[in-house]
Amino acid sequence: MKENVVIIGGGVAGLEAARQLLSLGYMPIVVERKKSLGGHVAQWNRLFPDMTPTKDLMERLIADTAQANIFTETGIRFINRLKDGYNVMLTNGVNIYSKAVLIATGFGLFDARKKEEYGYGVYDHVITNADLEQWFNGKEDNRIPESPQSIGFVHCVGSRDVKSCNSQCSKVCCMTAVKQAIELKEKFPQAEIYCFYMDLRLFGKKYEDFYISAQKDYGIHFIRGRVSEVSERLEGRLQVKSEDTLSGKPLKVGIDLLVLMSGMVARDENSEIASMLRIQTDSDGFLKSRDNIYSIIESERPGIFFAGACTGTKTVPETVAEARAAALEIHNYLSR
Amino acid sequence: MIDFGFKINPSSTLDLDKADLTLYNKLVRMEPEARMCMACGSCSATCMSAEYSGMSVRKVLLALQRGKDVSMMLSNCMLCGKCTMVCPRGINTRHLILSLCRIYDKEGLK
Repeated sequence: MKENVVIIGGGVAGLEAARQLLSLGYMPIVVERKKSLGGHVAQWNRLFPDMTPTKDLMERLIADTAQANIFTETGIRFINRLKDGYNVMLTNGVNIYSKAVLIATGFGLFDARKKEEYGYGVYDHVITNADLEQWFNGKEDNRIPESPQSIGFVHCVGSRDVKSCNSQCSKVCCMTAVKQAIELKEKFPQAEIYCFYMDLRLFGKKYEDFYISAQKDYGIHFIRGRVSEVSERLEGRLQVKSEDTLSGKPLKVGIDLLVLMSGMVARDENSEIASMLRIQTDSDGFLKSRDNIYSIIESERPGIFFAGACTGTKTVPETVAEARAAALEIHNYLSR
Repeated sequence: MIDFGFKINPSSTLDLDKADLTLYNKLVRMEPEARMCMACGSCSATCMSAEYSGMSVRKVLLALQRGKDVSMMLSNCMLCGKCTMVCPRGINTRHLILSLCRIYDKEGLK
């Protein structure tokens, strides 16, 4: 009989780890709270830097984990330490004994309504990065005008924002904004597109090339300054105010569609998960790794491992790499 | 009117809806690289004229993008080309300034 490994979370991290554990000869049991697999990433349309359709990645992950034991719409009722392993009770009544548990619960998306000054849920033409991806996926959205003349992107919504209790950089949004700005320019070539940023953090492979292309080939305007407020004008157009910090002057512009780059934040449930497993949350609210250099995928408890954005903001390739590393680490742990 | 000794300063706000980008767009047609500036300031830091005149290719490009007149700044450029040597985006800034001068010349603005 194959040895069980419980994986909490059926997103990219959980599925990739399951795929690797299957090939290492284990029986991964993936527990997913939602109806469908894939987590946040499955809601996205295309992924940078190769503009890979997300559907391709998801189909591959799901096909490769067909042999795993997957429970959707299922949560964890409790987890007890038992001998040298863990007794995991699921909300559907299934009870599993597993020597290793992998936490792959991911991140939460910042609720843009909390930044009231940007008018999400208040004005008609304010959407988030996630809403835009849904629209790219073919979902109707009447907040997006038929032919917008000007489009704004607000970087760092709920990120690098101590007041929102998220001091961390969400890492992927700069690149997402550049990607989405290019995609919107392709759909609305007549529109002027403005990106309002504090810093552009384009650290990954080909990210800077995307930025140069956005400037040179698509004529997207980058304005260094954090949007301070959004209001509605008499004629219904949005007015966006920021400082043009390079000119050292206040700036305003009329906008027909405003896209807020909601950041990745720690899940609200992290403290609950941590107390259930008797592990810790870090000062940023994410789950606490043994250290942040060499043992990111290990918790301070034996047999409890991490993969993906539950320990901090991560890109998809970083998450995939961590999931593979975690599968190998679990294999080493179980082979001891 | 009674003079109370007060005056109201004109607003310094940059209104992008009213910015006239004709000049900038003309430049971009001649020098597509103009769009690639990332405002690092290398050009201004190395400029021989900057410390005496305030000349800065970065500021010239920014001002054009905000619809401002830059002829005063241009007249301070000596076309030495040092800025071109340091630009990390490889923009031919010297040629860019030259093209801009040509546009001004043609329009009879200078």
